[in-house]
Amino acid sequence: MMKQSTALLTFADVGFHKRERIILKDISFSVKKGEILTIIGPNGAGKSTIAKLALNLLTPTTGTVTRLPGCKIGYVPQKLFFDHTIPMTVSYFINLIHPKPTKESIQDTLAEVRADYLLDQSIHRLSGGELQRVLLARALLMEPDLMVLDEPAQGVDIIGQQELYRLIRQIKEQRGCSILMVSHDLHLVMASTDTVLCVNQHICCSGHPDKIGKDPAFFSLFGEPASEELAIYAHHHDHSHNPSSEQNCSAHTCNTGQNDKG
Amino acid sequence: MLDLLLPAMLGGLGIALAVGPLGSFIVWRKMAFFGDTLAHAALTGVALALIMEIPTGFGITFICSLIALGLLYLTRLNYFSTDTLLGILSHSALAIGIIILSLSNIKVNMMSFLFGDILSIGFKDLYWIFGCSILTIIVLSIFWKKLLAVTLYEELAKVEGINTKMVDLIFVGLIALVTAVGIKMMGVLLITALLVIPAAAARPVSKTPGEMVLFSSLIACIAVLIGLSGSVLIDIPVGPAIVASTTVLFILTQTSGKLSRTRI
Repeated sequence: MMKQSTALLTFADVGFHKRERIILKDISFSVKKGEILTIIGPNGAGKSTIAKLALNLLTPTTGTVTRLPGCKIGYVPQKLFFDHTIPMTVSYFINLIHPKPTKESIQDTLAEVRADYLLDQSIHRLSGGELQRVLLARALLMEPDLMVLDEPAQGVDIIGQQELYRLIRQIKEQRGCSILMVSHDLHLVMASTDTVLCVNQHICCSGHPDKIGKDPAFFSLFGEPASEELAIYAHHHDHSHNPSSEQNCSAHTCNTGQNDKG
Repeated sequence: MLDLLLPAMLGGLGIALAVGPLGSFIVWRKMAFFGDTLAHAALTGVALALIMEIPTGFGITFICSLIALGLLYLTRLNYFSTDTLLGILSHSALAIGIIILSLSNIKVNMMSFLFGDILSIGFKDLYWIFGCSILTIIVLSIFWKKLLAVTLYEELAKVEGINTKMVDLIFVGLIALVTAVGIKMMGVLLITALLVIPAAAARPVSKTPGEMVLFSSLIACIAVLIGLSGSVLIDIPVGPAIVASTTVLFILTQTSGKLSRTRI
């Protein structure tokens, strides 16, 4: 077993240029065993580039990216578009993994991400949240030591987003695998991350999510905390979800938001 | 009569078997125009081979590789989009091929190169056709999962250690191979139709990629038989008859898919 402090992935003074243009500079951080590290930043800040560098899809212009030898990496891309010309069921898609997983492990993993009811569905008919959960299951079936998730909640509705982030937290706790996640919304990921790296070409600030939420560098990038987003966060702790009361919940959410601000 | 028709029928069915899997991938990877370009370029290959007195297969393979590499280089320049580049390469190659053929003193029937002449297939051609078909099917089944991975999610495939460049190269090689054997039968202008239309026709009735491959081979086989019989019965050119048959089958499956109201 790897030691608790072992870094699975290390960026040392990484810079990345695309034709003369600087995309990233002086990026240094590491992802330790069993840690969730979230990269946040505005659009065009270079977040996805960091993910691609981590995955060895891009080569750094300066500095080095090192992965622990033998570390298996699972990847959930930002958005996987399934062209309608390819007929594809969830089951068929999952079974494309090499080596082919056992029937039991597929069942178990799909159940873990609450997607077991999708097995025989056509992949073209899944909702955004369902597709992300299937992609998550697919990555988990490869038994990764490190998962790289690029905007896993994109195209997912707000309830689905919360569920997805809770799921990611749960995966880390149950499997002990490390997670490198890219997101553009601090308040949604706050409860499910250990470390936040705030990026805009360079690292603006980093640390525990509570600390980041109060950092002036963070405000300068994202502005003052928006009441809506805070409310979602508060809401998440206040209630257990009851689908029939969804309507009431959201009305309540707004109020909470205003209360928090005031 | 049978002596003339039997090799034609067997040859047509031999090609039809290979176009199922290959054509499906061409449709999935949106490479129909690319296939067309290789087929057009093959005419230049044929012309060069005739002049240099080498087997046409070599000429076709050489030109097709040249076109594939040229396209790769031009796309890297990022100046024109791929479809514009293909349009340039495709028609330039076709024009150059026709010019070379007319300038040479070799007497050829241009129509048979453009639209094919299935009845010119003799028993000795069958070895070549079935050899290439079986090779194509074997290679595609070996690389089945990898090819699907590259088709569905190229970046993910790269992360998971698949050599995507090699897979692409093998795929392009197979297109060139099937084009080379199919040209005698279908001609450079119609061979891509046999690759694309049966696969597209198979889509509405397939739930998985495997089903689509099987159905498109089946549809191609049916079209070959209908086209050949039509050609014999009402005296029409075979290649176009086969393509028209695939078109009819395409319309049938599309409407049946609509009727059952299930988009799978």
